[in-house]
Amino acid sequence: MGLTLAEKILSRRAGREVRAGELVVVEVDQVMVVDSIAGSFFKRLKQLEATPRFPEKVTIVIDHVAPAANVEVAKAQKEIREWGQQIGCRVFDVGRGICHQVLIEEGLALPGGIVLGSDSHSTTYGAVACFGTGMGATDIALAAASGRTWLRVPETVKVTFRGQLAPSATAKDAALEMVRLLTADGATYMSIEIHLVDGAESLTLSQRLTLANLTVEAGAKCGLVVPSGEILQMYDLPDWLSPDPDAVYAREVEIDLSNLTPRVAVPFYVDNVEEVEKVRGKKVDQVFVGTCTNGRLDDLHQVAEILKGRKVAPGVRLLIIPASSQVLEQATADGTLLTLLQAGATLGTPGCGPCMGRHQGVLAPGEVCVSTSNRNFRGRMGAADAEIYLASPRVAAATAVAGYITTPEALEEVAHA
Amino acid sequence: MPRVWKFGDAINTDDILPGKYAPFMVGEDRFHTYAFAHLRPDFAPNYQPGDILVCGKNTGLGSSREYAPEALRKLGLKAIIAKSYARIFYRNLVNLGIMPFEAPEVVDALQDGDEVELDLERGILRRGAETFLLKPPPAFLLEALKEGSILEYYRKYGRFPGERTGG
Repeated sequence: MGLTLAEKILSRRAGREVRAGELVVVEVDQVMVVDSIAGSFFKRLKQLEATPRFPEKVTIVIDHVAPAANVEVAKAQKEIREWGQQIGCRVFDVGRGICHQVLIEEGLALPGGIVLGSDSHSTTYGAVACFGTGMGATDIALAAASGRTWLRVPETVKVTFRGQLAPSATAKDAALEMVRLLTADGATYMSIEIHLVDGAESLTLSQRLTLANLTVEAGAKCGLVVPSGEILQMYDLPDWLSPDPDAVYAREVEIDLSNLTPRVAVPFYVDNVEEVEKVRGKKVDQVFVGTCTNGRLDDLHQVAEILKGRKVAPGVRLLIIPASSQVLEQATADGTLLTLLQAGATLGTPGCGPCMGRHQGVLAPGEVCVSTSNRNFRGRMGAADAEIYLASPRVAAATAVAGYITTPEALEEVAHA
Repeated sequence: MPRVWKFGDAINTDDILPGKYAPFMVGEDRFHTYAFAHLRPDFAPNYQPGDILVCGKNTGLGSSREYAPEALRKLGLKAIIAKSYARIFYRNLVNLGIMPFEAPEVVDALQDGDEVELDLERGILRRGAETFLLKPPPAFLLEALKEGSILEYYRKYGRFPGERTGG
């Protein structure tokens, strides 16, 4: 019997064939630390009386509250800079962007590798078939100190996306549909192995990042996209990096992209996924485009395409936060930003923005927000009863123009009615 | 006597500690006072050390923020009984030395406010004359829990629980 992609990666690293259920201790390629937990990380290292074994394998990204929103945060970020310099590890400072986007752009998360991140959306690295997984500060500190971590080799759920994306659908809709089908704990402790077939191979790196990003919302340990399409040109792929045809899966599901419709995750759970039609007309106060899920150049392009020649509805705040400085530069160079700003959008510093309710667009009691992010939990973006609807950049843009939840297609119909 | 604080399914880490109350936002000395601030504001002010958290399915889903369970530990939490756990949260509990019992039928039997006694080592919970047996976590994790937390384990042995020695 063959091996899944997760089993392949962990077997390679363990130096022996390992299968689902076994325990392995493996060396890791990168340990990624974000600003919001750096204080705990330093404290744990002190408790261990240790410093990073391989400083070049530790990367700190200042992104969760960047720039600093108050003195506590400013102190924490100052400590990061000083510590980074002293230890000699990489520090990406305010404005460079969101950790996951930055690690991909910098080539620090690579096919066949293992990257631990102190952020649950570290599954994102799976877009390039890198075993990325999120852990807490203690595990992260232990990994930095030892260069290793322990993992239970996960069972695998195979998710096959078939066909070309329907014109009104996006990778976000595909990802939300996956979470709906699997449910929020459908892949707990497991690897989600994503196969793109019959035209779906054309999904870009950016779209694959969106898919892998959302796998953790089904509880997954990692979300590995089997390399295909442009990934084959962009990366040096080890020849062993593919699942065996006779690999054993705990479960297999298929999603047909060709008849997919726009989706939205309704408060307060990510697997509470409906067709946009179901909630069309819901008035919104804020629209947020950004995050590690949907803050990339192609996302901004989609928003600009819809906003071109239109204005954001009165009383609606449209916040746009590019995922990285690179995205911001490109969107500036190609004119996308001007289109967004002319429509009435507000721009934020590349980083996580208001995704976890700390700054740059916190919600008041009773407010409604459409967000391109990945979590709509109660109180996530501010007040406990504020409502977050998760959607694609297309739906977010159309909603910003209409002032209520809608699709670009419905917006066109209204315009021509 | 310790009491039960009962919660439902899918209690996420934003419920346990909202992001805006992270230690790096409000300071190391205060963050735990915001535990369950949105979902159950009476929790943190009334929680007594040793009280037990009883939760449903997929407990602790969401963010990897270890300071969520750390806030509970700071309040004096030593054990959670749940129907099931999200992956990162489960690791965080073990790493912090909080015992994660998985016992769906016990969760169903317990009510909010029940007065209980927990024998952590033997995994025995008593409510009046009733006794519930709680299955412990896997052996390799118990090794770490026995040392207090995985940090102490690693400091003492220089390896991970279950890791082969000499390599």
